[in-house]
Amino acid sequence: MNARQGFIGQSVERREDSRFLTGKGQYTDDITLPQQTYAYFLRSPYAHARISRLDTAAAAKAPGVLGIFTGEHFKAVGGLPCGWLINNLDGTPMKEPKHPVLADGKVRCVGDRVALVVAETLEQARVAAEMIEVDYDELPPVVDTATALNFSQPGLAVHDEAPSNECYRWGIGDEAGTDAAIASAAHVTTLHFRNNRLIPNAMETRGANAFYDPHADNYTLYVSNQNPHVERLLMCAFVLGIPEHKMRVVAPDVGGGFGSKIYLYGEETALVFASKTIKRPIKWTCDRSEAFLSDAHGRDHVTTAKLALDAQGKFLALRADTTANLGAYLSTFSTCIPTILHATLLAGQYKTPKIYCEISAVFTNTAPVDAYRGAGRPEATYLLERIVETAAHEMGLDPAEIRRRNFITEFPYTTPVGLTYDTGDYEATMGRAIELADVAGFAARRAASEAQGLKRGLGYSAYIEACGIAPSSVAGALGARAGLFEAGEVRVHPTGKVTVFTGSHSHGQGHETTFAQVVADKLGIPLDDIVIEHGDTSKVLFGMGTYGSRSLAVGGTAIVKAVDKIIAKGKKIAAHLLEAADSDIVFEGGEFKVAGTDKKVPFAAVSLTAYVPHNFPHDKLEPGLNENAFYDPSNFTYPAGTYICEVEIDPATGHTRIDRMTAVDDFGNIVNPMIVEGQVHGGLAQGIGQALLEHGIYDTETGQLLTGSYMDYAMPRADDLPSFTVETAGPESCTPCTHNPLGVKGCGEAGAIGSPPAVINAICHALGVKDVPMPATPYTVWKAANSLRNSAAIR
Amino acid sequence: MGLQITLTVNGESVTRVVEPQTLLVSFIRETLRLTGTHVGCDTGQCGACTVHIDGRATKSCSLLAVQAQGAAIMTIEGLAAADGTLHPMQAAFKTCHGLQCGFCTPGMVMSAVDLVTHHGCRPGQMSEQQVREALEGNICRCTGYHNIVKAVQLGAAGMAA
Repeated sequence: MNARQGFIGQSVERREDSRFLTGKGQYTDDITLPQQTYAYFLRSPYAHARISRLDTAAAAKAPGVLGIFTGEHFKAVGGLPCGWLINNLDGTPMKEPKHPVLADGKVRCVGDRVALVVAETLEQARVAAEMIEVDYDELPPVVDTATALNFSQPGLAVHDEAPSNECYRWGIGDEAGTDAAIASAAHVTTLHFRNNRLIPNAMETRGANAFYDPHADNYTLYVSNQNPHVERLLMCAFVLGIPEHKMRVVAPDVGGGFGSKIYLYGEETALVFASKTIKRPIKWTCDRSEAFLSDAHGRDHVTTAKLALDAQGKFLALRADTTANLGAYLSTFSTCIPTILHATLLAGQYKTPKIYCEISAVFTNTAPVDAYRGAGRPEATYLLERIVETAAHEMGLDPAEIRRRNFITEFPYTTPVGLTYDTGDYEATMGRAIELADVAGFAARRAASEAQGLKRGLGYSAYIEACGIAPSSVAGALGARAGLFEAGEVRVHPTGKVTVFTGSHSHGQGHETTFAQVVADKLGIPLDDIVIEHGDTSKVLFGMGTYGSRSLAVGGTAIVKAVDKIIAKGKKIAAHLLEAADSDIVFEGGEFKVAGTDKKVPFAAVSLTAYVPHNFPHDKLEPGLNENAFYDPSNFTYPAGTYICEVEIDPATGHTRIDRMTAVDDFGNIVNPMIVEGQVHGGLAQGIGQALLEHGIYDTETGQLLTGSYMDYAMPRADDLPSFTVETAGPESCTPCTHNPLGVKGCGEAGAIGSPPAVINAICHALGVKDVPMPATPYTVWKAANSLRNSAAIR
Repeated sequence: MGLQITLTVNGESVTRVVEPQTLLVSFIRETLRLTGTHVGCDTGQCGACTVHIDGRATKSCSLLAVQAQGAAIMTIEGLAAADGTLHPMQAAFKTCHGLQCGFCTPGMVMSAVDLVTHHGCRPGQMSEQQVREALEGNICRCTGYHNIVKAVQLGAAGMAA
């Protein structure tokens, strides 16, 4: 491969791997500072209780203790803010009770933070925490999503500010038109289901290390986080009142996030607050058991959906009524997940003329629920792809054919729920998936399985997602309290080497490689001449961070725009050096050339001239070669694809084996196919995990988390999964995004969005039942397989 | 009351005083400052802390440091050659994109090396399913294991070469 061109589209090996493979990664807990102290959080053992007495006197005298902090210390500071305002159907704002840094006289979920103990060692902090005396007056907990609103006895609500436990009731679409179409339709399919609560489980737990420098009067926070600038902004401006320029936030190597590290949490906020008193660095690393209790969870919707069809299987209307569990407090983005990121996706890939979705968001005595890989879009895709497949079976139509009859085929297409898709080719992705999954050979495989007493089924899922979040003006109109652009800076050094600063954050996505490929191609220089810097507010000018599959589409575009400015300035410098008009200069292959001549000057000569400006157009330009850009997208991007799952079930044991998992995605243009396929693999594992294994369960009587460790919460392991068939850059099915210069759409969440309904559709097909709840554990499947006479068997 | 232990870590003899309750993983991370060995859970399930003790992959969260008295321990930091050349298994993980966030990777690689060493895994000898079953004690949340399985098979070939 020519080192001077063609990095985009190549599976370049990752530049970050060497440090990770040799143990040289620097995750937050790996950082130990001089005079390090250690923190431990005392957490509530009860789901719902008033704190009638909290006595830290004895604990404060325990060996090694440097300080104990409780809710009293935080009375004067703000609560943790929620970043998205949702209005009720009547236009009134959502209920927004304070989300205290430490409990303010009441605990609202098991694991709620009651006190922070800082000591010389972690053991000393733990021992002292045990000595804190807390009297709890227990209250009955509200746990179950579906019945949270029925539990509104006076004084017993999760928050006094929301006496019915409802945060908001919100809707989108044409309710009357939808209901009328359903009332007169030839066929209506109804499904009632739960989208199971998931616990994110990044392998590196959350952690932080905070210190205050009294001489400079500034703070430094190392934190395992996906968006350090937003962390800083929220903590400084909304909670602690620290001047933003007096705080540095560093998110070093981060061991996975999947959404759970987007948010501002109370733990690191308390650490920063305490660091000024303790005057030494304070480190906290979350135990896995603590992570189960205190990380923001995902999903947890209960939905009734109705799909109306005409006699030919054309969709007429879709209505969805969902109760979404927000947990005990409003996490940073929690309120927009069931609404803006869920209900707006309910058109899917289809021309459904009428859609209405109503969301009741409820408080419960459980961990806060927020974005987890996919964030609303998996819930929407599950709803839609389950009901479409169910309708197909009910009407005796092939699941591919019913989709084909309803696919959107002309673009741009404006849905009834607020989005405008710019491009796509849904028939192409589905057609390719059918081919790769060898659907034609399914009948023979099914016969072979049946001969062994096994059940075999095939399930489809044709998903769409809105990524590249987001046009700030659109987000703002929908209630976002932040902009959603991204920032990038390209610093060309005198020798022509380049440092790129990005507001995106990499916690496994490989930006150090992908972003460098883009810049290398644009500037025509070797990859080794480029370094990507991210994750440090003292280096990067600003950033909105990484989530919602936005890094390349938004962060990458900001970098491209900065590169364009570098080239534009470089052309002017080159024109001066070559004694040509600016407009005659072209830049190609790393050289500035006078068009139509052999006069040229290399990139590094131009950069040197910019910094040693002896012969320089001072009348037109400033010296130096450093540019930054902010990019605010004009639309979302719309990755889409078809996933086909084939399962084999042993009806004697209920065990489901995924025999084939085929994923065909249209992510637009691809920069690094190897990395993109890896993203799909990981998403598929999480989606299959949701469908078959994972379930965050709280005891409805006590509010205790029953799945609080890897002994109880079934993480997908290597032997639970098959190898996958993945195609992400098929020439027949690639439609580049029309509104960003790279033509990219985003790939991080698709696997987790598209796969759960494909798996459940396959299981339902295998068993000939209408529904099997997630997770389809062996017991659940066994019950479904062995109680057909009592269920709504459809064939 | 500290206890003195002497053991070999990555080929070098070390003698330290440790508290009797100190876990081996804490000794490796905190005392020796070898932070490539990670802690991903508190129930001995995730395998991020896997090191070699006398050549066998072991979860270092499940032993006390004092139990390693006299043992030869190898951590991820000791796996590459002295000149920095990656071990064939490390190289295979890079080639196959068998890692994303990198947090489970050290434990995964140490388990994979042991798997090959003690199961005589040469090209064609170990099926994909056998690799999957053998890695059941190492949890990865990023890769879906697809490329890890490929990496282990490629690394096995490299180790046999």
